[in-house]
Amino acid sequence: MEIDETQGLRSKRHFLEARCRVLRLIRAFFESQGFLEVQTPMLTAAPAPELHIRPIQAGADRFLSTSPELHMKRMLAAGFEKIFQITHAFRADERGRLHHPEFTILEWYRLGANYKDLQQDCQKLVRFTCSRVAPKSGLYFRGACLDFEGRWETCSVREAFEKFAEWDPGPSPDPDRFDVDMAQKIEPNLGFPSPCILEDYPKSRAALARIKPEDPEVAERFELFWAGIELANGFSELIDPGEQRTRFQSAIASKEQLGQIGCPLPEAFLASLEHLRPCAGIALGIDRFVMLLSDAECIDDVVAFTPETA
Amino acid sequence: MAAVLTAGELRKGLKLEIDGDPYLIVDFEFTKPGKGQALYRCRLKNMITGIQFDRTYRSGDKFNPADLEEQEMQFLYSDGENYNFMNMSNFDQIEMSAESVGDASSFLTENLIVNALLFEGRPIGLTLPNFVELKIVTSAPGIKGDTTSGATKPATLETGHVIQVPLFVEEGETVRIDTRTGQYVERVKA
Repeated sequence: MEIDETQGLRSKRHFLEARCRVLRLIRAFFESQGFLEVQTPMLTAAPAPELHIRPIQAGADRFLSTSPELHMKRMLAAGFEKIFQITHAFRADERGRLHHPEFTILEWYRLGANYKDLQQDCQKLVRFTCSRVAPKSGLYFRGACLDFEGRWETCSVREAFEKFAEWDPGPSPDPDRFDVDMAQKIEPNLGFPSPCILEDYPKSRAALARIKPEDPEVAERFELFWAGIELANGFSELIDPGEQRTRFQSAIASKEQLGQIGCPLPEAFLASLEHLRPCAGIALGIDRFVMLLSDAECIDDVVAFTPETA
Repeated sequence: MAAVLTAGELRKGLKLEIDGDPYLIVDFEFTKPGKGQALYRCRLKNMITGIQFDRTYRSGDKFNPADLEEQEMQFLYSDGENYNFMNMSNFDQIEMSAESVGDASSFLTENLIVNALLFEGRPIGLTLPNFVELKIVTSAPGIKGDTTSGATKPATLETGHVIQVPLFVEEGETVRIDTRTGQYVERVKA
């Protein structure tokens, strides 16, 4: 066993070096943009109640953080204007080629910005990082040559469904049909050779995004895809405390119906929304970003230890 | 009945009972569209017919593991359509269809002990020992003077199956065969 572990770790050196370079470049990028790097708790009393994200309980009245989102927005509400964080997030029962129950997440938040501004940030960040780590011969991932300098395609969720799944999801699509087609017909086609922005999600899939004023059937939420892999999820933040409370309550009710462990309403976060001005925030999966930049087959390659060897 | 499995417990190599048939998960992928539900995509192989297809399951789905067991059986005889075996643990006789026996029939001789796979008590397939010894019943003599290294010729086994053997192997001799590759290994001295 020991020899296996030694060999396994040694064989990952190339990926772990890529990871180190990517982390340094991300920090350099945000520093150059005037962001403050922050750290928020990984142990929390109340993670965001989201229907399909299951927190891991840690002790009687605590959970491991599923995302630093709520704490970071509390900081925005207190007047911090541009903040970013690189941390670990924890989500129960997620294990696959692109999923670990413990993973590394980058989040950044900006007061006075909207989801379009974040899309620009994504372009700048990806170009800044890739131009410094991509081999001269080109960036290849699973045999496809990727391009980070050309124009990025932007496509609405409705357009993507009409093109790849041949139906219009409308404001509140059937959740099963939406998820299966998204995972099997749409996502694998997005982001070749340049990254692709998928935006304007049906309002029933808004998560913590605000509804788009010009089109109330959709939310100002987008995801960034590259080579068929979902890299980031961002939105113009919902800052209406009443609507946010209603969405959380409905998520909690659905979770209870599914027999998931109960989680309390994040009252401190809801209270902070009273002071929060318009803002936008985004989460990006660092492990997947490293995978793309180092042509890794599986998320296991880009971490020293996997959930099974942790 | 074994415990019910949840979708989260699915993985490659697991065997499930679906609509009354045993299935092997030959490929498995966990996916989760952003902020969406977990999806468990399986490539399933019907262990009786061999037919494969993809199916996607969701978190709430539940599964029964396939009721499978292996038993040592001795091959008795074949009437052409069916193959008869004796269960070595209880001496019951069972019949297996030619379809279930499949390619194993090429190397099956009387009294050979095999591992039979039973689904809900019914035999659905068998695994041969890794090596078997079989007699060559017909094979043309090797051409004198042909010393090409690795040269082979066809030879018919006592089961009727034809394999390639080195030129020096003669009719009436016994050879050892690797049943996993179906290839000649060596000559067995009587």
